[in-house]
Amino acid sequence: LRVLAQAAAPAAQPEMTADQWVAEFAGGAEVTDGDGVTLTAPEIAENGNTVPISVDAPGATEILLVASGNPVPGVAKFTFGPLAGNQAVSTRVRLAKTQDVMAIAKFTDGKVVRAKSNVKVTIGGCGG
Amino acid sequence: MADNVKPRVRVPKTASKDEVITIKTLISHQMESGQRKDKDGKVIPRSIINRMTVEFNGQSVLDMTLEPAISTNPYVEFQAKVPESGEFKFTWYDDDGSVYEDVQKIEVA
Amino acid sequence: GFGNVTRALAQQALTQDQLLQFDGFGNLTLIHITDCHAHLKPVWFREPDTNIGVGEAAGRVPHVVGEAFQKLFGIAPRSPEAYALTYPDFVDLAKTYGRMGGFDRVATVVKAIRAARPDSILLDGGDTWHGSYTSLETRGEDMVRVFKALGSEAMTAHWEFTFGTERVKELVEMMDQPLLGANIFDAEWDEPAFEPYKIFEKGGLRVAVIGQAFPYLPIANPKWMFPEYSFGIREERMQAVVDEVRADGVDLVVMLSHNGFDVDHKMAGRVKGIDVILSGHTHDAVPEPVLVGKTIIIASGSHGKFVSRVDLDVQGGKMAGFRHKLIQIFSDVIAPDADMTALIDEIRAPYADKLSEVVGETEGLLYRRGNFNGTWDDLICDAIMAERDAEIALSPGVRWGASLIPGPITREDIHSVTSITYGQVYRNEMSGETLKTVMEDVADNIFNADPYYQQGGDMVRVGGLGYTIDPNAEMGNRISGMTLLRDNSPIDPARNYVVAGWASVNEGTEGPQIWDVVESHIRKLGKIPALGETSPITVKQ
Ligand SMILES: [Mn+2]
Ligand SMILES: [Mn+2]
Repeated sequence: LRVLAQAAAPAAQPEMTADQWVAEFAGGAEVTDGDGVTLTAPEIAENGNTVPISVDAPGATEILLVASGNPVPGVAKFTFGPLAGNQAVSTRVRLAKTQDVMAIAKFTDGKVVRAKSNVKVTIGGCGG
Repeated sequence: MADNVKPRVRVPKTASKDEVITIKTLISHQMESGQRKDKDGKVIPRSIINRMTVEFNGQSVLDMTLEPAISTNPYVEFQAKVPESGEFKFTWYDDDGSVYEDVQKIEVA
Repeated sequence: GFGNVTRALAQQALTQDQLLQFDGFGNLTLIHITDCHAHLKPVWFREPDTNIGVGEAAGRVPHVVGEAFQKLFGIAPRSPEAYALTYPDFVDLAKTYGRMGGFDRVATVVKAIRAARPDSILLDGGDTWHGSYTSLETRGEDMVRVFKALGSEAMTAHWEFTFGTERVKELVEMMDQPLLGANIFDAEWDEPAFEPYKIFEKGGLRVAVIGQAFPYLPIANPKWMFPEYSFGIREERMQAVVDEVRADGVDLVVMLSHNGFDVDHKMAGRVKGIDVILSGHTHDAVPEPVLVGKTIIIASGSHGKFVSRVDLDVQGGKMAGFRHKLIQIFSDVIAPDADMTALIDEIRAPYADKLSEVVGETEGLLYRRGNFNGTWDDLICDAIMAERDAEIALSPGVRWGASLIPGPITREDIHSVTSITYGQVYRNEMSGETLKTVMEDVADNIFNADPYYQQGGDMVRVGGLGYTIDPNAEMGNRISGMTLLRDNSPIDPARNYVVAGWASVNEGTEGPQIWDVVESHIRKLGKIPALGETSPITVKQ
């Protein structure tokens, strides 16, 4: 069991909300939840400071990663060049608490598609 | 200026023509988020790698914008198509203006 | 003691031949041992009186206990099976049937199975190197020696990693078997860090055994001890490995798992192509295989009480049939294997005086296993509060640790329930709000309706604190009515309380070792009275 409370994050500066990040990325296009984007994240983060996230969006031109529960929700934007082998990337992110992580992908036909995955950030301890 | 910034990348030495290869990159960097406070309660200023680009023989593979939520020692894994022998050029841009580079050759048999 | 009496009584009810009786079937045998927690000698071990299943697992095996369990499996009350598999009349039956387990008895069973079935594979489900005085003193080496002598052919792991990365590597070098873990990855470059599987050739068959280590090691245990590794359930990875061995044309796919039963149950329904799951971690002793689609799940209990024998008929790359027995290791009935007895005696000899030293006496049954505080946990929490002058004690809800029937308490008995590489008893202040957060967090790790979010332990044990829990509620709403028992006052979110506990996953935790704290407390009391029936914990169901 972990007993020391995690230090609370300081209050965020006036910042864009997760929705604002998504809207800015979408540039006015409708954002749909659906097929075409696969987000892979652990069920429970082993370490909230370094959570592996993978996203795969075949045919996408750009992908935005958003951590909806972070003080700054934007995480990263990936723009794929002509020599990209595919439109899949993996990285590691900080999650301040249990939350939905989102990947939003933009396609050449103008579609913008979102995938979500809930990642639990736990205090931990104990076991069988 | 960030200390001890060291890029490391894993790229295969050889590939066949138009093969899609996996590339992994790591750069040691504290990625100070600008959200933390020091012992005296003062906010520690943000200092992060904010962009990474990957090119092959001058053509873009990936252009990534990083925010403070990217973990310490940013790790990125992706795939690239290799049309010919040449060089991958990796570039990282630091908030403090520093630019770090790494170059990896690959032979197409 | 009871030794000679129980031997006589147990032998009236049972014979070794009966315990081992098995009509051989098919062309391959799997032998499974798991979660012995380094208990080399026979023990008493009371199975749980409370094992709440949530969501789809409610009321389903292994979330069936006591008389309901006896009814479900057609077990007569007070029979040897009832004693081995359920909790009612435990002390009484312990005096009749004696202790269970002991690796010299296990060795006899394994040898007998192998003699009857040359085409067999002995597999160790993990939690093997940890949990006793001798395993802590030898840093796991005693268990490596015993499993080498037993001829174990592959293992997976959980508590093994709490010896730290370097020691795990050293012990893996000493073994004759691989440590398999398809879900263990190098944390830096995200590449497989251990062998994912091994293919065995037995009787003309090719059998793939895939390891699945405990997914939540860096959360449930101190990740700073093995920072090089990342774990996780990694369902896609398991499917990829199953597909890989299937493509290689194996006849049978076995997953040697330390996921815990409910996680294995879910995984069996989602990963295609696994024939047999040998399940560990949640310590469930299930007398019949549980079928999920075409996959069978075998759960073989803990503490050396059981060995599973699974005979399989494998034809044309398919499992055509199975026959199974959860063999109960009654230590007074199964003859010890002389070679193994000698090895265990040699391992224990340097510590013999320390192990056997009597530090006090208990008038009641001491046990731990169950979703909430057992009597061992109450005693440990009392010791922590008394010795560390705390208002509230916290003790981890682990499922390991043997039971004790009324009689002497030795140092070895205390180690059985406390032995750990991070046993420092901390003492610090915690706000009422933080306490609630901790309790809710642990409760969700046990009672989340989705098994993939379950870590497979039990609820954190508390001393000096009463509470009500609704396991089926949502995260954040399960715990209510938290009360400081010292003065019966409601826990104030804004007030700080002096809290002491052990097994913190934080690096640099300071304090005396838990076994010394418990020993000191017991010595002062001398005799531990049997605890009353009333509990300050209320469970809403
Ligand atoms: Mn265990
Ligand atoms: Mn375990």
